Amino acid sequence: MTAPGEAPKDDMETLNYLNNGHGLGSWLLTKDHKRIALLYLASITAFFFLGGLFAFMIRLELLTPRGDVMSSETYNKMFTMHGVVMVFFFLIPSIPAVLGNFLIPIMIGAKDLAFPRINLLSWYIYVLGGLFTLIAALSGGVDTGWTFYTPYSTAASNTHVITAATGVFITGFSSILTGLNFIVTIHRMRAPGMTWFRLPLFVWAHYATSLIMILGTPVIAITVLLVAAERALHLGIFDPALGGDPVLFQHLFWFYSHPAVYIMILPAMGVISEVVQAFTRKNVFGYSYIAFSSLAIAIIGFLVWGHHIFVAGQSVYAGLVFSILSFLVAIPSAVKVFNWTATIYKGSVKLDSPMLYAIGFIGLFTIGGLTGLFLAAVGLDIHVHDTYFIVAHFHYIMVGGAIMGYMAGLHYWWPKISGRLYSEGWAKLSAGLIFIGFNLTFFPQFILGYLGMPRRYHAYPDEFQVLNVASTLGASILSVGYVLPMIYFVWSIFRGEESPADPWGAQGLEWETPSPPPTENFHVTPIVTHGTHQYAPSKEVGIV
Amino acid sequence: MFTNFPFFPPQASVQAAQVDSLYFFMLAVTAFFSLLIAGLIVGFAAKYRRRHEDDVGVAIHGSLALELLWTVIPFLITMVMFAWGAKVFFELYRAPAGAMEIYVIGKQWMWKVQHMDGQREINELHVPVGRPVKLIMGSEDVLHSFYIPAFRVKADVIPGRYNHMWFTASKAGTYHLFCAEYCGTKHSGMIGSVIAMEPAAFQAWLSGGAGSDSPIAAGAKLFSDLSCNTCHRQDNTQGRGPMLANVFGKQVELEGGGTVVADEAYLRESIVNPHAKVVAGFVPTMPTFQGMVSEEQLLQLVAYVRSLSMPAPAPVTPAREPGR
Repeated sequence: MTAPGEAPKDDMETLNYLNNGHGLGSWLLTKDHKRIALLYLASITAFFFLGGLFAFMIRLELLTPRGDVMSSETYNKMFTMHGVVMVFFFLIPSIPAVLGNFLIPIMIGAKDLAFPRINLLSWYIYVLGGLFTLIAALSGGVDTGWTFYTPYSTAASNTHVITAATGVFITGFSSILTGLNFIVTIHRMRAPGMTWFRLPLFVWAHYATSLIMILGTPVIAITVLLVAAERALHLGIFDPALGGDPVLFQHLFWFYSHPAVYIMILPAMGVISEVVQAFTRKNVFGYSYIAFSSLAIAIIGFLVWGHHIFVAGQSVYAGLVFSILSFLVAIPSAVKVFNWTATIYKGSVKLDSPMLYAIGFIGLFTIGGLTGLFLAAVGLDIHVHDTYFIVAHFHYIMVGGAIMGYMAGLHYWWPKISGRLYSEGWAKLSAGLIFIGFNLTFFPQFILGYLGMPRRYHAYPDEFQVLNVASTLGASILSVGYVLPMIYFVWSIFRGEESPADPWGAQGLEWETPSPPPTENFHVTPIVTHGTHQYAPSKEVGIV
Repeated sequence: MFTNFPFFPPQASVQAAQVDSLYFFMLAVTAFFSLLIAGLIVGFAAKYRRRHEDDVGVAIHGSLALELLWTVIPFLITMVMFAWGAKVFFELYRAPAGAMEIYVIGKQWMWKVQHMDGQREINELHVPVGRPVKLIMGSEDVLHSFYIPAFRVKADVIPGRYNHMWFTASKAGTYHLFCAEYCGTKHSGMIGSVIAMEPAAFQAWLSGGAGSDSPIAAGAKLFSDLSCNTCHRQDNTQGRGPMLANVFGKQVELEGGGTVVADEAYLRESIVNPHAKVVAGFVPTMPTFQGMVSEEQLLQLVAYVRSLSMPAPAPVTPAREPGR
């Protein structure tokens, strides 16, 4: 990548996006994508720890077979709020709204996103949706599960379903606007010479993610709106007592909520592609296969929702079609894993904390993906459906995958975002704690699931206790692993060493601009002459 | 407290053995690939670790042969898994003809079971070993899911329709019965036991205890109590509604075109929502019975109408109860 010539080295060096404007107003009314990314960072971090608190209460209750820490009502609200907060207010916005927002314009050599005002609006919409969810939580909670299954949610539950559904409905628009902004930006704002096949894979992954956000999110918005309408106005849509069909809800819900998993995992895959290249100092193996596998996942991911309905009396043939498509969506994910592995081959490997997180991601995502095959096989899914096997599987994808990817990205780009270096020793420790704690929490749940322990159980038979104790122990370690980065990142802002423009010796436009970047990202618009991460002199070394 | 902690569930049905074989096959394949990936990554990371601060990796851009290899091999393996999973699924789905039928109703938060002979149970299900058993299940309120881990079978219980599942118990014993679909406050209390018994012991259990009317007899009584027989006449003269003898399982022509198979779901719908699918040649005059009959009574009415299409007047499980 060509440097933007000799940038004038005077006062402009010291003026960056963080000190260019002070006071609350300069943040709350900012149109700078980097500042908006930080607004998101603060708000999703708050929701992450709130959701984590709910998770810890769940694990505390499950330490003993009897429901003795809290009542069944409270327990049901705990797992519902855990799911709603983590899925809609942390995982879905996490990487796109924070890292994507911050990096996409810089990576393609642009000054900002295509629609800076819409970008700010999407954060306000997110906050408004979050407020509704907090109101639902504080005024007594919701007990439907994050899945809002009908007719329980529309006819039986006497909790604050409509308030929570409104929160989900509103925050969906934030997601749609972010996706729209990214797509237009990637199409229209690339710097001279930044062709599609020179784009960093992080950008490709966000392009695929944005497609899902735009196409899928309206469906969930309509679905929760229908739930609210049936609940408030007794329109017969899902409740059979009113002439509705409860399984229709499951089709509509999973048509979005299955692709939503790819909204979480695709950006994480984008992060991993960047980190693996940077810490092997080697261009990725099979660039176009990784780029197109993201699009393949986004497309096939829309056609697999029926595997959530295998035991709901779906026809045999529908079951078989959804089964084969669910197997197919695993292939592009496998292709990515093999390509990352091949990238490490003959690299110059440095195991700094972002790389540790990335390797953790590959391991946990592999387990999560491979256990997904068990669920795609209909005959086997019938036994493990709605058990802890499912809980373990999707946590391996959403926590082991998406959150590990988010942590890898946060550690990799933190020096760029904050302009400061954090303590590498503490970061390695927390990566280790998260990896060990995570496996201890969720691996026993696979065994519990095959034993037959159903999910969402407040109390359980005695013989499941040993594995549940192991899981709670793991969760305790995991929570320490998540609190540590919070401490050393904040510490680095005040006491950390100043970061040079490129602390890792990595390549990419984001490393050519100062840390932290100036408000306009580049003093001079860069001109791009080749793809990212070209470390070695370009001689083709085939291994065919 | 920690004396009994299994790592594998009991295998107590014919189906369980089939599901477990598939499980162990997939476990072996996925463990192999997990270890392969982990081994390669750790091995490469150690072998190619950065030795000097300004080292860079070798520029390798890719390989079509390798991409094809690691696309085609996983594809073939997953197709084997798909086919095997589909085979197990077919066997789990299709109950053999002549399976012993039992009615199950789920409601917040209990399981109500009625045998064809009239035996009723709550949160317990007694079944004989070695004989296919088919459950016909409905819900009185919200979604539930009937789950017997030791048998590896599960099916959602859905309000407004009937769902089926079947199994053949292979080992006598008492096993967990769970509700697997979240159904509200006491979801985790909606549990019970499945008791698989040797056939002789099962016979003894079935003929002992306080049996009530069989579902068919109860349905026949309801049929006349609710005056269904004034329109659906049973004396071979055409009333205002269609005659119901020998209708079950057959194609029925509908008013306004189209046909429907007269199965349990259609019979149920015709009772609670009679105007939805009217038989050709009739006017929709029947009132709805929604709210007037409970889910259990609906099942009894359906059982009775079904019995009108059976060759012999005897109920589904003949020659098993000399004592009655």
